[in-house]
Amino acid sequence: MSESTVADTRRLNSKPQDLTDAYGPPSNFLEIDVYDPQTIGVGRNRFTTYEVRMRTNLPIFKLKESCVRRRYSDFEWLKNELERDSKIVVPPLPGKALKRQLPFRGDEGIFEESFIEERRVGLEQFINRIAGHPLAQNERCLHMFLQEESIDRNYIPGKV
Amino acid sequence: MSFFSFGQSAEIDIVLNDGETRKKVEHKTEDGKKEKYFLFYDGETVSGKVNITLKNPGKRLEHQGIKIEFIGQIELYYDRGNHHEFVSLVKDLARPGEMTQSQTFDFEFTHVEKPYESYTGQNVKLRYFLRATVSRRLNDISKEMDIVVHTLSTYPELNSSIKMEVGIEDCLHIEFEYNKSKYHLKDVIVGKIYFLLVRIKIKHMEIDIIKRETTGTGPNVYHENDTIAKYEIMDGAPVRGESIPIRLFLAGYEMTPTMRDINKKFSVRYYLNLVLIDEEERRYFKQQEITLWRKGDVVRKSMSHQAAIASLRFEGSAGAEKALAQTREDSH
Repeated sequence: MSESTVADTRRLNSKPQDLTDAYGPPSNFLEIDVYDPQTIGVGRNRFTTYEVRMRTNLPIFKLKESCVRRRYSDFEWLKNELERDSKIVVPPLPGKALKRQLPFRGDEGIFEESFIEERRVGLEQFINRIAGHPLAQNERCLHMFLQEESIDRNYIPGKV
Repeated sequence: MSFFSFGQSAEIDIVLNDGETRKKVEHKTEDGKKEKYFLFYDGETVSGKVNITLKNPGKRLEHQGIKIEFIGQIELYYDRGNHHEFVSLVKDLARPGEMTQSQTFDFEFTHVEKPYESYTGQNVKLRYFLRATVSRRLNDISKEMDIVVHTLSTYPELNSSIKMEVGIEDCLHIEFEYNKSKYHLKDVIVGKIYFLLVRIKIKHMEIDIIKRETTGTGPNVYHENDTIAKYEIMDGAPVRGESIPIRLFLAGYEMTPTMRDINKKFSVRYYLNLVLIDEEERRYFKQQEITLWRKGDVVRKSMSHQAAIASLRFEGSAGAEKALAQTREDSH
């Protein structure tokens, strides 16, 4: 057999793509919005909650659309659960801002509008990053956080 | 080095007989510099002359014998004291005596076996060299001349493609294919990645060539990984049913042939690493070993044969196919 000195660089044959696959919605749709911060309560018992809305077509999530109210400590709870139960390196949360909770500040502390907005952005980035992680998607705590009305802190941790 | 200002010393110079015609190649030294050395292949004869020039003319040089050696050895950097010689040939040039004037000695190592390729790596070095020695009671005078050896192979009879389906359950399934499992150093990797299931948000995909140098045996095995190349093959998010082509020219990268368990001391292996990176910088990868081999320089075929192949690239025109078959027949 004669040996060619010029390599054959022609593309390998491939199956033509189905047009519904090419132009249909992608299978990786997952969007989570963290918005509408509301400060509830009075005086020293105030706290801020955020709306966490998820839209997805991933089969692993029971609901294709969900909307729940969560506060910062709920996000902390989720981070701790994931760090304990899985080998995932969990992305960082926006800061706890303990300094803002000290008295004698000139401003509203953690209820300052600009701070809440900063925190909202950080929480949105956090939840989108972790919800897209294939291993995190197997954890019950993530599903409970995103799709159940309230978080049952006495739940049994485990995989979906 | 001579501590005595009196007495005689000499300079040794080794010259090859075919030094004018023999090809030289670049080879990396241990400190990363590139130098040129004479290139030899397995079985070739190494012959030349050893010129010994007396430094102080008129004075005698007493010696215990003059010899030249051809040595092939493996040196592990963590065990410098022990050189593992796998080729050791010696020719005596002069019996003990004295030299009264500068002299030239001929030598020939006929059809020397050079089983392995020269290699300078991170933790190990394999080298071939000539060493001429004038033995003396207190201190020998010696000179070394390194040569480089390349090992050649021919087109392997069996060279199957690599085709595999891999993925993460319910998350990402791909089928990757590379056209061969054995590539020569100037070859082209032609392949494709076919997406079967994409439930993650992929940002881009690249293919890396990784060189792994393994030294030591048993519990003391040490791997040194080096990424030789990173080549992006896709930018953007694919969906199910898409095929991404791969065309990676190897000639642009500094690589050696695959070396497996050389003299039971070390290995140098190459891997293709397919890496997918998602929007959160998470990396998904699949590593696959390929065999690299060195092709001998082939005499150029006629231009018409090359032109015929080039014209075939325009997705197979019947006329070009016929022209190609014709030039193949012509060259037989």
